[in-house]
Amino acid sequence: MPMLEVENIHAYYGNIQALRGISLTVEEGEIVTLIGANGAGKTTTLRAISRLVPLREGTIKYRGDDLAQFKPHELVYHGIAMVPEGRGIFAKLTVAENLDMGAYSRTDTEGIQEDLERIFGLFPRLKERRNQVAGTLSGGEQQMLATARALMARPQLLLMDEPSMGLAPILVESIFQTIQDINAEGTTILLVEQNATMALQVAHRGYVLQTGEIVLADSAAKLQQNEMVQKAYLGIE
Amino acid sequence: MLQRLKEIDMLDLFLWVFRTVILVVVVWGTIATIIENPYPTQTWMETIVAGIAQGSLYALIAIGYTLVYGVLFMINFAHGEFFMSGIMTATIFLAGPMSASGYLDRHPYLGLLWITLVTMVVSTAIAVLTERVAYRPLRYAPRLVPLITAIGASFFWQNYFRGLFGSEVKPFPQIAPFAGKITLGSIVVLKTHLVVIIAAILMLIGLYFFVMKTKTGKAIRAVAENKDVAALMGIDVDRAISSTFALGASMAGIAGVLYALVFRQIHFFMGFIPGIKAFTAAVLGGIGSIPGAALGGLFLGMFESVGPGLFLEGLGIPAPHQLKDVIAFTMLVLVLIFRPQGILGERLAEEKA
Repeated sequence: MPMLEVENIHAYYGNIQALRGISLTVEEGEIVTLIGANGAGKTTTLRAISRLVPLREGTIKYRGDDLAQFKPHELVYHGIAMVPEGRGIFAKLTVAENLDMGAYSRTDTEGIQEDLERIFGLFPRLKERRNQVAGTLSGGEQQMLATARALMARPQLLLMDEPSMGLAPILVESIFQTIQDINAEGTTILLVEQNATMALQVAHRGYVLQTGEIVLADSAAKLQQNEMVQKAYLGIE
Repeated sequence: MLQRLKEIDMLDLFLWVFRTVILVVVVWGTIATIIENPYPTQTWMETIVAGIAQGSLYALIAIGYTLVYGVLFMINFAHGEFFMSGIMTATIFLAGPMSASGYLDRHPYLGLLWITLVTMVVSTAIAVLTERVAYRPLRYAPRLVPLITAIGASFFWQNYFRGLFGSEVKPFPQIAPFAGKITLGSIVVLKTHLVVIIAAILMLIGLYFFVMKTKTGKAIRAVAENKDVAALMGIDVDRAISSTFALGASMAGIAGVLYALVFRQIHFFMGFIPGIKAFTAAVLGGIGSIPGAALGGLFLGMFESVGPGLFLEGLGIPAPHQLKDVIAFTMLVLVLIFRPQGILGERLAEEKA
């Protein structure tokens, strides 16, 4: 049984159809990436999985349970965390408070403290700035914070929405390195990216979205070789 | 030259004239008052203390406006009714009978504690109920809709309590240890004023710690910033919003008890004016900011109390103290014109709209 099973989902913003029958699966331990142009429905797919966008049709199953029975805030208690688009950090809260909020669903004080140390090891910059208000961080630091905050929930499935957006190239490298590290520690990742080159390098499998539909699904290695993908998303003529 | 005159914006010109006129009136009035010196120092001191006490009440009520605005961007005009409902219920069912039976004279502190508890519970319950029934279904409606609903809820509760308990003024019994005046160094103040000020300071500090340090407090702040992301963290947004209303209403409840101690009159309409004034205070301080609400309340209370005697007495106005509301709302207009974000507020307009 796949960890996450999305079946034929349709979603709308008002009268505009954003998703036209998306189906995909994520197996335990994988990094799966959704690539596609702006407006292809990548973010909507993630928001639908986290129950922030209602479905008109279709089902989303997580470990066999239909997610429709859960409210958005209940997902994290079942092991699903998300790094939202545009980072979505709490700008007026301090770095430490943001991380506290990440661990909101947990009650194991010792485990939280342990994870905090581990995460400060992963992102030393956040440790230096833990008492700083998050809105004063640089773009890269905010991205680190958003990722770190999601990790504080100790998720089994991590949904990441454009973690590389707006970052300097050197930071992009380090974010993708982090993604691989997190995955190596046992977290399954569903990664939405515009930076298809990097995403396909770290992912095991990938889906290509166009105007709310999946047009290609394959292993990341095969997608990198695919002529259409090379032309449209990898900038290879 | 004519060209340059044309470039002056008429609105700017008006604002400058307005500002100058107000400034001249205030300065002239103040100087005239000082020269005339109509009151002894003791009266000034009492006026200042009364102003701080009045301001403390406004501050406590203003917290509710600012908290709710912080999470929902909505002006909860029914908040004054949360203030009224608790103390009204406690007066009818508790303070009145306890006073009649003599319990309140024998155990004044314990009695007051019961009254405070019941007041807080009723205020909180009314607030949470109002949010659940009247505001939650409209959470995603255009902003004008919850505003009108709030005004409706305000009328509803006013008339509900009027129908339930009658429209006459109900006396709140005197609590013996708080009767009379006390001498602090060289100044003599009403004991009730002192109680109000101390209680308000303690409550405001307590509230600040609650919002800054507790898990619920942090959740409320997270929800205020971004509801979707807060939900992703596992925060139950509906519950956080209920907690916000409960928090604001319990402060309003305390304010109701303190109001009753000072004025000793309970009335179904008593929430209206303090509610509007506290809203003014919240805007004055910068709506959405907790220290702003406290500061705005204090400012407003002081201006209302000291302003008429200081600015207007010297101008030969016959009954300056009848004009305290004029001063309060002139302040509001001035603040809205010259510093729309309030004393401690941030520029929200572009960011949050």
